[in-house]
Amino acid sequence: MRYLPHTQEDIDIMLAKTGQSSLDELFTTIPDELKTKKPLDLPKALSEWDLDTHMEGLASSNISCRDYKCFIGAGSYDHYIPAIVPYLVSRSEFATAYTPYQPEVSQGTLQGIYEFQTMVAELLGMDISTASHYDCGTALAECALIALRKNKKANKIAVSSLVHPSHRQVMETYLRPSGFEIVEIPRTKEGLTDATALETMEGIVGVAIQSPNFFGNIEDLGAFKTIADAKKIVFITSFTESLAYGLLKNPGSFGADLVAGEGQSLGIAKSFGGPGLGLLAGSKKMMRNLPGRFIGRTKDANGNDGYVLTLATREQHIRREKASSNICSNNGLNAMTAAMYLATVGKIGIREIAQQNHDKAVYLKSSLEKVGFESVSDSPFFNEFVLKAPKGFSLKRADLIQNQYIFAGIDLEPYYSDLKDHYLFCATEKVSKKDIDQLAKEVTHA
Amino acid sequence: MKEISDLTFSEDAKYTKDHEWAKLSNDTITIGLSDYAQDQLGEIVFVELPEVGDTFSRGDEFGSVESVKAVSEIYIPISGEVVEINEDLEDAPEQVNEDCYEGGWMIKIKPDDLSEMDDLMDKAAYLAMLKG
Repeated sequence: MRYLPHTQEDIDIMLAKTGQSSLDELFTTIPDELKTKKPLDLPKALSEWDLDTHMEGLASSNISCRDYKCFIGAGSYDHYIPAIVPYLVSRSEFATAYTPYQPEVSQGTLQGIYEFQTMVAELLGMDISTASHYDCGTALAECALIALRKNKKANKIAVSSLVHPSHRQVMETYLRPSGFEIVEIPRTKEGLTDATALETMEGIVGVAIQSPNFFGNIEDLGAFKTIADAKKIVFITSFTESLAYGLLKNPGSFGADLVAGEGQSLGIAKSFGGPGLGLLAGSKKMMRNLPGRFIGRTKDANGNDGYVLTLATREQHIRREKASSNICSNNGLNAMTAAMYLATVGKIGIREIAQQNHDKAVYLKSSLEKVGFESVSDSPFFNEFVLKAPKGFSLKRADLIQNQYIFAGIDLEPYYSDLKDHYLFCATEKVSKKDIDQLAKEVTHA
Repeated sequence: MKEISDLTFSEDAKYTKDHEWAKLSNDTITIGLSDYAQDQLGEIVFVELPEVGDTFSRGDEFGSVESVKAVSEIYIPISGEVVEINEDLEDAPEQVNEDCYEGGWMIKIKPDDLSEMDDLMDKAAYLAMLKG
């Protein structure tokens, strides 16, 4: 759907119909003191030429993975985006500021979202996926709220300390004002969530485990499922790197009740940290508890396939304050992008890309270990891992950003105060052996 | 929607202002939705029920009924512990529309205090309320 502004003529015709003499008369219900009388404090309009120069100047003051070798992930990953994806998704039928849900005229968009839901559910091995959320953090917070709503006798949820720190902050923001409490599950020396600590926790309604976790390590989801079942609590898993499930056994096969994920890896640019794409999938028994929107496939009066919004009875326009979520929008354009990405790479392609990520990360880890970095765990990982850096690395790292166009890991100390000199590295399919060898050489005499 | 005179109201049940009914037999109380409520809701597509062993105080929300139009909460008329739920409703929620006093029952509870039954309306009082 296109954005078509009203011309003065359109406005005059409409005013003639409604019987008002001006647009201002339409807004008489708004108290006068609330209206802005001054002109807005905006800079003067620029010519197209000047605007272009201005915007390019702003853009070039940023640095991005287009020009850099990127060895950082931590929730936002530098993957190759096939040219067909931005080409298709920027078509005007998809790239619109409208909420294109009116089923009669939005069949293409609805079909796209339906296919997105189907592919997400398949990738994660779950029964049902929503039409998407803002990002993994908000999707994960919604999962926690589902668990808390289902069991009103307790108000605590256990969350692994290896869930992405930003996502834990989002959960705090959602939960704390409602009187809910997050209990953090400590981590082991091996960089995994401490299952024995979870076993001793009482009065919790659910548990959230990220895998691969924030340190890149793959958690034993089966073991957590067993504990969750014994405690009769909701088992929530999350992930920040969707492509991991091109290789790993999916959360559904471990019996996850709810899965929250970040879909940025699926064809969406890093864009300086957002917008991402929140994935949320559930088992069938969670279907009526899930927040947000769903597109369903049905038949019209003539027996043709048609797509509609479904299960909307729990949304706020119908259920008001009892709605399962107050965020009923979805991240439509990015969901469409992810659907196009998944359809482009296919079942075999995603496995190949995932395998490349893992192989390159293994090579990166061993290359850095040879030049003085210390491995801190033997836990299996996907495309990220933690290393303890040799002396002087933090200066070298700043120098690499300034002068060599290399992002070499992120410092974990701001997130985990006991992890001085520990860095989280990532390798995606976009880095080459040459890039890795160059990095290893640069940091050899750090 | 039907006229009130076309609806049926079980003689041996008691009713709440929220349109639940409660029926005592032996020591348990069976709870469901009145014919008026199911008629107002329209085609019911899902009934969410509590689990056996859950306990509720009178007036607590114990589940919800989803029709094609809306989701509505259902409130327990009598305090007690759930001893049985109508599992058939999971696959056949339309029984609440078709047979609300028999096949469409929702839960059975062991009441904390049987005298709470005295506070509910009998058929005549409920009908009087509906007719306003």
